[in-house]
Parts: sequence; C-alpha cells; structure tokens
Amino acid sequence: MSARTVDPWFSSAAEPNAPVNRRGSGEKAAKWGNPVTYFIALLFIAVCIAPVLYIVIGGFRTNSQITDSPAGLPHPWVVSNYSNVLKSNTFWGEFANSLIVGVASALGIVILGLMVSFVIARYDFKLKSAMYSLFAAGLMFPLVIAITPLYIIIKDLGLIDSLPGVIIPQIAFGLPTTVIILVPFLRAIPKEIEEAATIDGASRLGFFFRMVMPLSLPGVVTVGILAFIGSWNNYVLPLYILNTEANFTLPLGVQAFSSQHSVDTAKVLAFTSLAMLPALIFFSIFQKRIVGGLTGAVKG
Amino acid sequence: MSDTLGTDTATDRQSQGTPEVGGAAKPAPPAVRRRGRAKMRLEIAVLSGPPILVFVAFVIFPVVLAAYYGFYRWQGYGPATEWVGLNNYRLILTDPAFQQVLWHSLLIMGLSLAIQGPLAIFLAILLNQNIRGRSVIRVLIFVPFIISEVIVGTGWGLMLQSNGAANDLLGHLGLGSLRNDWIADPKLAIWTLMAIISWKYVGFAVILMLAGLQSIPDELFEAAQIDGASYWQIQRRITLPLLGPTVRIWGLLSIIGSLQLFDLVFIIWGQYVSGTAGTSTMAIYMVAQGRSAGQFGYGSAVAVVMFLISFIVALLYQRLVLRRDLRGAVTEGVI
Repeated sequence: MSARTVDPWFSSAAEPNAPVNRRGSGEKAAKWGNPVTYFIALLFIAVCIAPVLYIVIGGFRTNSQITDSPAGLPHPWVVSNYSNVLKSNTFWGEFANSLIVGVASALGIVILGLMVSFVIARYDFKLKSAMYSLFAAGLMFPLVIAITPLYIIIKDLGLIDSLPGVIIPQIAFGLPTTVIILVPFLRAIPKEIEEAATIDGASRLGFFFRMVMPLSLPGVVTVGILAFIGSWNNYVLPLYILNTEANFTLPLGVQAFSSQHSVDTAKVLAFTSLAMLPALIFFSIFQKRIVGGLTGAVKG
Repeated sequence: MSDTLGTDTATDRQSQGTPEVGGAAKPAPPAVRRRGRAKMRLEIAVLSGPPILVFVAFVIFPVVLAAYYGFYRWQGYGPATEWVGLNNYRLILTDPAFQQVLWHSLLIMGLSLAIQGPLAIFLAILLNQNIRGRSVIRVLIFVPFIISEVIVGTGWGLMLQSNGAANDLLGHLGLGSLRNDWIADPKLAIWTLMAIISWKYVGFAVILMLAGLQSIPDELFEAAQIDGASYWQIQRRITLPLLGPTVRIWGLLSIIGSLQLFDLVFIIWGQYVSGTAGTSTMAIYMVAQGRSAGQFGYGSAVAVVMFLISFIVALLYQRLVLRRDLRGAVTEGVI
C-alpha cells in the first residue's frame, strides 16, 4: 500500500463542495435528467436506509405490536422503551466507556501517527522507506488475526478487563491507515514554508508545532474521526479484553442486552438504535471529511 | 498503491511526485546541513520512537508470538512447555471442520467480489451523472458502512427471524410462498449472509468508484460525445477501462476484509449455529477452537494459517491483478 499520490486530501475532499463543474457542461446542471436514474437511486437509498429505520422505528412500538405485525408501523407510538433505556445506568455506563475508549484511541492515533508521518514525510534518512513499509505492512495484520496472542500480551501486562487494555492495541492498529493518509498530506506542505520558517529562526520541531500541526488540521481531523468511529464500532477486541459489565463498551453492551432481553424485542431495538446514534450523528456532521479522506487514502 | 487514475497523473508525477519522492530535504538547504546530523537523528528518534514502539509491541509482536505458540500445546497460562512441533498445523489442515470454514471464507470472498463489484460500478456510473441531491445520496448510501457490525447483526437478525419483519413483509406483498427461515436453513444461510454483507459494504465500494470516476478528465467524455458515442458506449469504452485501477484496489480491500470476517457471523449465528447453518468462517473457527476451548497454542496456529492464507491471496492478487497499476511504483520508489 503506498500513498505516493498527489495530495489526496485536497483533491478529493474539496470535491463534494464543488459539484458544479462536473461531467458535461454547466447548462446541464440545471436539468433534472433521466427519471430512471432517480428511480434506481431512490430504490438503492431505500434499501440502504430501511433496516436502519426498522431498528429506530421498532423502538417506538410495543412487543405485542411487534408480534402481531412484525413489519408494521408503531400504532400508537410509545416512547417508554427509549425513556427506559435512557434512564438506565447500564446504557450510560457503557456509553461513557465507549466515549472514553473512542476519544483516547483517536487522540493516541492522531498524536503518534502525526509524529511518525512527519518524520517519514519531511526528514531524509536511510531507513525512511523501511519505516514506511513497516507501517504499510501493518495493513496485512488485521486485528482479528492477532487477537489470540494480543489477549495474552494484554493479560501479561495486567490490563485485562480495563479500558487501557482496549485503547493501547487500538492505537497500534490504527497507525497504518493514519500513516498512509497523513504522509502524502504532510509532504504536500510546500517546502518554501519550511524554509521561511527556518530563516525566521524556527527549528524543525518548532516548524512541526507552529506550522505543520495547524496546516495539517483537516487531514488530522479525518484521521481522528475515522479512528473514533472505528473504536466506537470495535467488537472483537473488547470481547476478548473486557469481562465485567461495568467495563463493557456499547457493542458488547448491545450484545449482552439483546441476549438478556431476548423476549423484549422492542427494548432491544431501542437500545440498539441509541447505541448507533452517536456514530451516525458524528458521521453526518463530518461526512465530507470522512468520505473525502477515505477516497483519498485508497486512491493513493 | 498507484495513482494511475487517469492520463493527467503523468503530469502530476512530474510536477509533484518526483521532487518529493526523495524527501523534503534532498538537496538540503544550507541551514539544515549546518544544524548537523546528530540533532536530526535525535529528532527522528524522539518523534518516531514512541509510535514504532507501540506499533511493533502490539501489532508485529503478537503475530510473531502466534507463530511461536503455534508450536506448543498450551492452555494460556504459565510458560508454554509442551512442544508439539507441526502437530497443530497438521491437525488444522486435516480437520474437516477447518476445510469447511476455509471453503466458506473463500466462497464469501469470491461472492463479495462477484456481487458487489458489478453492482458498485453500475451504481457509481449511474450516480456520477448530473443529478440533483448527489451529496445527500452519497451520505445515505454510506450509512450502512458507518454502523457497527454488532448493530447490523442485531437488527438484521431480528428482521430475518422466521416470525420477523422480512417474512411478514413478504406476506403483505402477496409473496407468502417466499417466506423462509433465512437464518437457520443451511441452504439459504450463506446467501442471507451475502445479502447482509453486500448491504453493509456496497456503499463503501460505490463511494470509492465515484472518487475514481471523478479523476477521469472530462475532455475524454466530451471528445467521445462529439464523435457521436452514446452514453452507455462512453461508459463501456472509456469509463470502465479508466476505472480499472480503482476497481482493482477495491478488490484487494474486499478480499482482505472477507478473509477475516468475524463480527457479523458471530453476532447473528454464534459460534455453534454458524457451523450447522454453513456460515462459519476461519475467524469463527479460530475463536471457537482457540480461546473458547482454552487451547491457546492451537488457536495461535489457526491465526498463523489465516495470516498465511490472507498473505498468499493478497500477494497473488498483487502479482496477477495489480501488476500493471504498480508498474513504475517500485522504480520510482514507494516512498
């Protein structure tokens, strides 16, 4: 996996903002185009969204409604499932754990990733390409494959059933993608800026903190959001590391809740939709950066 | 991987890539040189030391450790003493259960490529036209990809129960004869899984393809239009060939993802039902035979086998499929 393309961030992330100058000429933009296209697009969207709506709307029904007509709409709408979940300490405890793990992982990934990407992008030394290859090779070591020995290492470190036991490996496994996204990005910062900073008396580290950090902020935000969502959704690692319910993150919580309340489908649906909501909100706020950053990374 | 996403990249390579390939400080400015190599080494060590340490300790080392424990019969506590040589590997490769999960994993890999690839290309070409609400469409089709696999599994699991919403809906549509036990029926289960996988990941593929399409220069389409080519002719003769690199990279990502599939199957079927329903994967086998059975040596050996299979498949893919995209990348330096 290399990322030696032309500045993926700027080229692709800017695109969603400027759809005007696309295929064809400007006069075409005003037209509505082929109705078949809209039909297929709407069908596709419906298929994508329907299961999500089923979960969210199902939470507003009662169990007897769900049994009588599994695919029906709420009649009447009940909010008790949602309010019960929102009043439970289990949900908020797991929410807090997910939040702590997500923020700590994202911060760790961003800070460590920025450090090593800066070295790879802006220093010239013999082991540079070996260093890049090391991290790029990490893409071939998915978390699932390493999980058994990872569990043993975490156990030997005494971190089993603790949040750092999830956070630290997540940081490590988040680094390859981060390096691949950030290196081309940091390399695109013009050399003139660095020279100017040097002339003004800034050291290379000073340049790193005063210029690189602010200039690479968009890339850093992309990486941070991806890391946060990845952490929020991670299942295998918490499954191995966390044993007591007080330490569960939301994915484990959803699974535990749905097996404990397997007869109470409505409540399970309410719990599930509340658990996915933060990631969805986060995504819709930053969707341009995520979609742009991802496409940029793969283009590279 | 490569940047051969259009003819215009050749100029980009000249203007941007080459000078930077050698690193920012190739002809080191005098100021830099004066500061001395020692200080630079110190900076490199300070900045790259901690990330490399964390990465090696928690990504590379576990894999090495798995290779080590794979030679032992070991319950997961105390030092591993019972050396069994290649016995674990012999057991894995001759275990019919493993052959079965290997087949499932390869099937999932092949079907993912065959289903999602054409579908994503078609949808991306369709959505790449000048239609209204493009950015909204983009966000909505990406939603399944953002939701965690646990939630996807829980939601779909409930919908597809024999008395669930899917069968109820079929009844309402007058298709009651199509009602099925989507999850437990061994003839159907793998297709149910494929449907859920396609639902979850095709949006990601479409977004990638859309990005690939946008890097094809407009001039090519305009020229073809002037020459009187029809819309679908243009797609077949110009778009598809130029979209090739994006499709091939998506293929690699899809392959690596398929071979390590775990969460969805584990949530919907669990480690026992997945065996009888015919949806268990290599990762499910690893967890069931390894940690759940308390055989950490054996589980480690399964991890090594999984890694080797993924590695070989990825390597073959790179050699056979990605070769032309990578041409030049090696000589110009990956970095």
